[in-house]
Amino acid sequence: MKLLKRYLMFILSLGLVAITFIWNSDIGAKSVNTIVNSSKEMMLLLPPVFILLGLLDVWVPRDTMVKFMGEESGLLGAILAFLVGSAAAGPLYVVFPIAAAFMKKGAKFTNILILIGAWSNTKIPMLLFEYSALGPKFMFTRLALNIPMILTMTFVMNHILNGDEKKRIYELANNF
Amino acid sequence: MQNIIFYSLAIGLLIVSFFKDKKKTKQSLKKAWKSFENILPQMLAMITFIGVIVSVLSPETISKIIGNSSGWYGVIIAAILGSVTLIPAFVAFPLAAILLQNGAGYMQLSAFISTLTMVGVITFPLEIKFFGKKFTILRNSLAFTLALVVAFIIGKVVV
Repeated sequence: MKLLKRYLMFILSLGLVAITFIWNSDIGAKSVNTIVNSSKEMMLLLPPVFILLGLLDVWVPRDTMVKFMGEESGLLGAILAFLVGSAAAGPLYVVFPIAAAFMKKGAKFTNILILIGAWSNTKIPMLLFEYSALGPKFMFTRLALNIPMILTMTFVMNHILNGDEKKRIYELANNF
Repeated sequence: MQNIIFYSLAIGLLIVSFFKDKKKTKQSLKKAWKSFENILPQMLAMITFIGVIVSVLSPETISKIIGNSSGWYGVIIAAILGSVTLIPAFVAFPLAAILLQNGAGYMQLSAFISTLTMVGVITFPLEIKFFGKKFTILRNSLAFTLALVVAFIIGKVVV
């Protein structure tokens, strides 16, 4: 019963696929195709990511993370967060468990925000795709705008969320 | 390519870990499985929803809505489309190139790409699970707004 409840959204979404099929079998077939492809992609990408996170959790001492990305890490911590986010690969949802693992180990809140920002905007493989698809002018202009945008988001979120709220977010991360 | 890097890294470190401490290695694998299983239901639901949305919207349909002369109306639509869909970069950019050829504007495409990579309506439940409601709403609405600002500037600079 508990299992059924956990997978309720998934079962409902399968119902949506069935409805799509009844409505238009071509689009239904196309969506099944897309779902199979993205599931394959996810199942391929996620295992090594989670194995690495498991190893990080067990092997990296909290002190090391605190030293490099914690409260006192300053500019170095911010640059490190930016580099980790930019060098990575994978869609936005992959960064959530990674960010949580970093928080659990004591990374600073603003560094987590920078990590998520870089992950969604300045990833190097993504920039290469953008360059070839939409041209250098588009890609470089967007890159030049994205960096101040990441910093603005980090600044605003860090100020709006108060100490208690941040503490609760860290507690959530601890559950993983 | 990215998979080869991730797998070599994971397997390599796993082997090192195994030789250093078998118990710790087992513990880390257990943790890996636990956190994976924890988010699996949301992941599956998300991927299924995205599959349906992406197949309903064809490149021709999208290009028509976010054409070069669609102005702010097109930008807003593009930003909403980008927010509700979630597709990997190697699909998104070739798609953007097709949309461009079919008459989509740079300003609209910028809004589409920025929200595609930053805003996730479908990943909401997952993000809330990790960071809570307020963080998720705040991050996504800020990202949406700033995506519009970036699109506006792109529209002025790139013609």
